[in-house]
Amino acid sequence: MKKVIFRHSTSRQLLLSVAFLFTFTLSGFSQAQAAQDTTAQAEAGQETAAADAGGSGLGDPAAGKELFNSLCASCHKPYSNSIGPALNGVTDRRDMEWIHEWVKNSAALIASGDSEANEVYNEWGQTAMPAFPQLSNGDIDNILAYVEQPKPEPQAAAGGAAGEAGAAGGSGGVSTDVILGILVFVLAILLVVLFLVNKTLRNFADASGIVIPEKPKRKPIYKAFVENQFLVLVSSIFVLLAVGYFAYGWMMQVGVDKGYQPIQPIHYSHRIHAGDNQIECKYCHSSARTSKHSGIPSLNVCMNCHKSISEVAPETATEEYSKEFYDKEIAKLYDAAGWDPASRTYSGEEKPVKWVRIHNLPDFAYFNHSQHVTVAGIECQKCHGPIEEMEIVYQNAPLTMGWCINCHRETNIRIEGNEYYEKIHEELSKKYGVEELTAAQMGGLECGKCHY
Amino acid sequence: MSSNKKYWKSVEELNENSSVVETLQQKEFAEEIPVEDFLGDKENLGDSKTSRRDFLKYVGFSTAAASLAACEGPVVKSIPYVVQPERIVPGIANYYASTIADGFDFASVLVKTREGRPIKIENNDLSKFKGGANARVHASVLSLYDTKRVKRPMIEGRNVSWEEFDREVGTALENASGEIVLLTQTFASPSTSKLIQEFSSKYGNVRHVVYDTVSEDAALNAFQSKYGRRALPNYDFSKVKTVVGVGADFLADWQGGGYDAAFAKTRIPENGDMSRHIQFESNMSLTGANADKRVPLKPSQQKAVMSALRGYVAGGSSTSDLPASVDDAVVKAARQLRQAGSGAVVVCGIPDDEAQSWALEINEALGSRVMDTSNARVIRQGNAGEVAQLVEDMNNGSVGALLIAGLNPVHTLPNGKEFAEGLKQVETVVDFATRTDETSKLSKYVAATPHYLESWGDIQFSEKSFSLMQPTIRPLFDTRQFQDTLLRWSDNNSSYYEYIKETWSGGLGDRNWSEVLHDGVFEASSPVALPASANSGSSSVSFNMDEMEGEGFELTLYTNTAIGDGQQANNPWLQELPDPLSRASWDNYVTVSKADAEELGLENENVANGGLNGSYVNLSVGDTVVQNVPVYIMPGQAKGSVGLALGYGRKAGIQEEMQTGVNAYPLYKNFSSVQKVKIEKAAGVHEFACVQLHNTLMGRGDIIKETSLEIFNTKDAHVWNHVPEVSLDHQETPVTSPDVDIWESFDRSTGPHFNLSIDLNACTGCGACVIACHSENNVPVVGREEVRKSRDMHWLRIDRYFSSEDTFTNDLEKKENIGGLGSSLSEFGELEQPADNPQVVFQPVMCQHCNHAPCETVCPVAATSHGRQGQNQMIYNRCVGTRYCANNCPYKVRRFNWFNYAQNDEFDYHMNNDLGRMVLNPDVTVRSRGVMEKCSMCIQKTQKTILDAKREGRTIEDGEFQTACSAACDKGAMVFGDVNNEDSKILEKKNDDRMYHLLEYVGTKPNVMYQTKVRNTTEA
Repeated sequence: MKKVIFRHSTSRQLLLSVAFLFTFTLSGFSQAQAAQDTTAQAEAGQETAAADAGGSGLGDPAAGKELFNSLCASCHKPYSNSIGPALNGVTDRRDMEWIHEWVKNSAALIASGDSEANEVYNEWGQTAMPAFPQLSNGDIDNILAYVEQPKPEPQAAAGGAAGEAGAAGGSGGVSTDVILGILVFVLAILLVVLFLVNKTLRNFADASGIVIPEKPKRKPIYKAFVENQFLVLVSSIFVLLAVGYFAYGWMMQVGVDKGYQPIQPIHYSHRIHAGDNQIECKYCHSSARTSKHSGIPSLNVCMNCHKSISEVAPETATEEYSKEFYDKEIAKLYDAAGWDPASRTYSGEEKPVKWVRIHNLPDFAYFNHSQHVTVAGIECQKCHGPIEEMEIVYQNAPLTMGWCINCHRETNIRIEGNEYYEKIHEELSKKYGVEELTAAQMGGLECGKCHY
Repeated sequence: MSSNKKYWKSVEELNENSSVVETLQQKEFAEEIPVEDFLGDKENLGDSKTSRRDFLKYVGFSTAAASLAACEGPVVKSIPYVVQPERIVPGIANYYASTIADGFDFASVLVKTREGRPIKIENNDLSKFKGGANARVHASVLSLYDTKRVKRPMIEGRNVSWEEFDREVGTALENASGEIVLLTQTFASPSTSKLIQEFSSKYGNVRHVVYDTVSEDAALNAFQSKYGRRALPNYDFSKVKTVVGVGADFLADWQGGGYDAAFAKTRIPENGDMSRHIQFESNMSLTGANADKRVPLKPSQQKAVMSALRGYVAGGSSTSDLPASVDDAVVKAARQLRQAGSGAVVVCGIPDDEAQSWALEINEALGSRVMDTSNARVIRQGNAGEVAQLVEDMNNGSVGALLIAGLNPVHTLPNGKEFAEGLKQVETVVDFATRTDETSKLSKYVAATPHYLESWGDIQFSEKSFSLMQPTIRPLFDTRQFQDTLLRWSDNNSSYYEYIKETWSGGLGDRNWSEVLHDGVFEASSPVALPASANSGSSSVSFNMDEMEGEGFELTLYTNTAIGDGQQANNPWLQELPDPLSRASWDNYVTVSKADAEELGLENENVANGGLNGSYVNLSVGDTVVQNVPVYIMPGQAKGSVGLALGYGRKAGIQEEMQTGVNAYPLYKNFSSVQKVKIEKAAGVHEFACVQLHNTLMGRGDIIKETSLEIFNTKDAHVWNHVPEVSLDHQETPVTSPDVDIWESFDRSTGPHFNLSIDLNACTGCGACVIACHSENNVPVVGREEVRKSRDMHWLRIDRYFSSEDTFTNDLEKKENIGGLGSSLSEFGELEQPADNPQVVFQPVMCQHCNHAPCETVCPVAATSHGRQGQNQMIYNRCVGTRYCANNCPYKVRRFNWFNYAQNDEFDYHMNNDLGRMVLNPDVTVRSRGVMEKCSMCIQKTQKTILDAKREGRTIEDGEFQTACSAACDKGAMVFGDVNNEDSKILEKKNDDRMYHLLEYVGTKPNVMYQTKVRNTTEA
């Protein structure tokens, strides 16, 4: 009986150790959580403190921010020069009275011969600032309160916070690993236990003199299999069929580049443009409306906006891509377009961007964007996938003929308000006895429509 | 029975003591193969680091690496504009109106550009003055992308900058020790005339000589002596009732060309009436081939015809010394002219001042409304006398500087050698050239000039009609146009563009510059007087053909459809364009009548592979001999006369493949196109690249249907346009009836259903459609050897048939009357021979787009199928090249790609270089080896029209659908459209009595139809 007691104690020890390990990991995880919370609190405190310091004596920076974004932001930035000068520090440079007058009607101030006004006017290339007579002095003070806030040190702070958050996230990840590790450990223990039990039982049997009967040696299964010719035949047929099936599947994907996601010379994020900022696709890909090509936008289209957007907002940055990364990509654009952001002039030194083409239809297939976009009114996403979520664009559709044909079979043509279709639709729908015609019924399956 | 035959491998074996035979009996190779050298040297083998096993390893590895690498798809780069021009949208074509004016061809055109590259020339429909573009003008877009162009200015063969060039030439001109002479083509440009005047006034001693490579001097002289201006009368052929042509190829290049479109419209019978055309000529020309009555005559007799005509119409004389049969024809022609009254006109093309002035006289006497002398043509201003004088002056050493623009006189002058000698006497020679031709090779200064599609210009067609030339692409090379250079040398800093605008400021009436530039054409009066030489006739050469009598043949030099005066000789499209009459490409040849050929022992024969072979002759005019000219026996060539095309035989600055034919300019003595020539047979056989092997119709009225105007007017359609019948239950039933149709027809009643109608009356065979098709559909050029093997890739061919009897009707009768074996053996053989003066008919044939297409049913992979719109669609990527379809096509319009014609050094034409490929139409696939291709009825164009309408949400008007050929046909011979549109012109054509289908009895139900040819054979 002694032996029995001994075994019982081993298992108890094991259980205890497992329980100990569990408690330890859990407490570790909660500690990390707490640390994170405190940082966030500290940050918030810092922000409010900053706001208090900047806004003293001027106005309400929150109201000012709203006004600034709606009226001033197209030409001014708080901390850097844009079309107009940086506004931070303007209250130190100029008299308050002067600022009020200038904002309300700068042209009048210049005309009055004010030396300061003329100096500014000439310094900034004689670009007249529009008059804002609708702003009261209070409003202007609010704006000034906003722009006079000291420049936050977001890089360091945000970086730190992100680093810490990363660490916290990391520890979370580790904890699941630990749990898994523990499970593996437990399983291993169980195996060992099983082995020990088996061994002990055999020992008992030996000790008790029980002879375990030897099983007769059976024929190995592979030999039996080889001898059964029918089974060999059937299974080889199956194997051949399976090989054929997979080989066919593999060969059918040769030349199908679904998921092709090349690295582009400039990291252009459709997520930011089409997703976050909701820019209409055809604003940049304008020729998709009229031409067979959707058109890669020329750099002058980029510069329409990026003349004044030289950096991304801190919120745009993600875990994977930092703000510096994006700003560097914008700098690449400036380099290609020959735009010098400091002097705000074009140097004329253009370096056309060599984009990597993602959707490569073979030359013998004719595809026309305008037919699908303008005439059929199909959303770009139907073929190009969730483009507004793509950080790096990939080929969403297989672009095979079967894929085209399927869609032509399933999609009804859009006839509303299109005089071209009136007669032909009426006649054809009568012929086919349907309400609405598919593209296929209109002749969209004819070979010569896409191959010539 | 044993044989004593001895087989021998070479003649050597018959020589018993030959050492070679003995050696060969002992050893396999006569010479030792140095195997021992390599294998015997153990050291050498041992030193080699690569063992056999290593070698196999390397091979295995590299094969594996190569196949692995092949799994990776290629990375395709796309480079957008940095700043996109506002009007350029990738994928959408832009059209610009411009004008070609190369001194020979003048036409207002529309230029189609894609992404900034001109890819096609089209007709400018706003141009009322001249007809549309001819084959050469259509092909001129390819000459823009010619790799042999001069790419930058050169001094003595050294590349220099324009600054240096200006400086050097400037100094040379300042210090010129004699006269400065400008030798130019006819620019017909008011701004250029003004500019040359300014240049002259700067340098003082400047003379401007205008030289037309192919001279119209006789006509200019005649006009000048009668009306006091050096110009050519203008003709409005749309008013013609009766025209008599005497040696005038007025459907081609006669007096600047462009008369064919207006004339063709009078050839379509309307209300029982059509024009009547009588032609007296020696060569079988395009014009003669289209005439209602053609009288083959030697050039010397043509002058007599003019004289007689003048007597009968204007002068009151009633006899001539012509042979009775010819006299009879002239009398009848005169009577018809008089009957036609103001709708009558006589046109004359022989180089004889007198004959030309008689033509003017006759037309005045007839009160012809066709001839217009108040709005005379100014597109030929050359003065042969001044050119001759210049050559003399150059050799005298009195010319200090010579500026040559748009010309290649060393090659094209009859006394080119003398000119070349003269060039050595001139201190400063500046050649404004587009290629390093014979002249620029001898010039110290070569100013690289751009193509007309890269230039500005204002062109004066006639005294009142103008056209603007605008660039459609930035200059491809470092070139500067002649006028810009001249401006620089006249110390004028404005560009030629500004200069033209200034010339016309105030001269455009109520229209502004942008409007005029958009339209391309405008009516005005010239703000600048014509060049001085155009008004001083002092030194003009007089032309007289009276010395023609005597021994020898009379040679008529002509310009052919493809090459013209030879400026575009480096254009592969044109080289491969078959001549409408001989159907030979890549060559010029002397055309001889059958009777003369037999006399001289000259032969044409078809050899086993179908190629045409011909004898050679040497031609001598005076002491000038042109050797080894191939002979083509041309039906209809007047006995005692021969013909030869100018423009060939260029060598300098021409790619080797394009150096074809013989140079006929040395025979062009005194700028007279008619010469007395001696012919002598030369040794050798010439291999032609001729695309038509069989020249007669063999009485097959189901291919060409034709009738006379009289029968057309008086008889029912089924008499002259009989629909073939088959027997159904012993009842004769027309093949068009559904009862005898074993096919199940598709329903084509909805949507557009395309048909193409070709009017055999209006088609002159000019070939513009063929080139338009090439440029629209990326049709490859295959070269002379392949054409000879009948592997030409033309989607659209213009078949030409000669009648075997005097008329096609007689052919038909003869065939009908053949009975029995003996008769058929002999008479079918006779029918293969064209008559001495045959009737000719042209028939453009492309894929007939059969509704019951025989090709579709035999394709094992369904690569050719039928669309609801009537088009027979050919899917290249599906085709595996069995060629069953081509075998089963009754019309033989399918073409097989025996090779890769693009990017293949064996076919070194435009598709083998980056520059030439810029002309390709991006909407049409470039086919690869092993696939069949054929006319698609320009599905890319019809689809575009449909898409445009869909996008704009509107219905399609009649006339919007066009194919490349129908758009190129300025004669209206080709009409394309939707037969489901009830108001369409094509439906009208389909219901016309003259409509028939090619080989109708086959029952293929083609979507291409032909209109029966009607000849106005009514004699007065």
